[in-house]
Amino acid sequence: MTSIWQRIRGRPEPELTCIELVELVTDYLEGGLDADERTRFEEHIGACQGCANYLDQMRTTIAVMGRLEVDDLSAESKAELLAAFRGWAWD
Amino acid sequence: MAEPEATYEPPAGQAELVAALQAGDERAFASLVEELGPSMLRVARMYVSSRAVAEEVVQEAWLGVLSGIGRFEGRSSLKTWIFRILTNRAKTRGEREARTVPFSALGGEDDDDNAATVAADRFDASGRYAGHWSSAPSRWSDLPESRLIGGETMALAQAAIAALPETQRAVITMRDVEGWSSEEVRNVLDLSESNQRVLLHRARAKVRQALESYLESDRS
Repeated sequence: MTSIWQRIRGRPEPELTCIELVELVTDYLEGGLDADERTRFEEHIGACQGCANYLDQMRTTIAVMGRLEVDDLSAESKAELLAAFRGWAWD
Repeated sequence: MAEPEATYEPPAGQAELVAALQAGDERAFASLVEELGPSMLRVARMYVSSRAVAEEVVQEAWLGVLSGIGRFEGRSSLKTWIFRILTNRAKTRGEREARTVPFSALGGEDDDDNAATVAADRFDASGRYAGHWSSAPSRWSDLPESRLIGGETMALAQAAIAALPETQRAVITMRDVEGWSSEEVRNVLDLSESNQRVLLHRARAKVRQALESYLESDRS
């Protein structure tokens, strides 16, 4: 909501604080911010090293999770499943 | 199970794949198990206490798939349908286990509304810089890669995910570990877009926190 004073001052919204920005990081990364919010978010990031680092940390966190080791079903499990598939009553 | 032959190409379209499965095509089935097995194991593991139980759950889910495939009409994607069967079985198994193993106590509740994304004491509480960092995060890009993706970091990320409440754990596993789209996760777990995002946000915040505690523990 824009107050009359904010319109008079030509500043529709107060600047984001860091504590507010960290709550918006997932919305930002998910493309869930509207154009205005996105601009405010990026302006803050451009001017604030702490928040730029926070965003970088979040991207790194996501990348680390994407590298977690892949486990697979045991050969026995797969053999049992294939046997079950073969034995299934197909009609 | 023999590896699918190198020359075998599973049907490209979902309708063709479903038809092959319904017709009892073993190679189509084997290649689907190869493709989805690892993800199914990981997702099942989010609900039950051990890898061995997770493997049983995956097998049960496949048997559920076999008994239902004849009636599968393609109203959802095959993957979504299979993972819905899997998560239902895994949840049931997890609930049964919870009565004997103190496992569900691990993660706590999903609706931890009060959990801050970043601890409030990291920000100035008052004054000119109220709401700004008092203890700003550092650049991780400066850390050696061997440390960022080293075994200890990986083990910590894994442990942080394991300690999350159940639905957060499932969402972050599918999104960030398996790399699924938000739509796929919402369909399998029956979540609204905003709910999925809130769960993902809380889960990521906690994993980042765990990594920060470790990565910055011996920074000079």
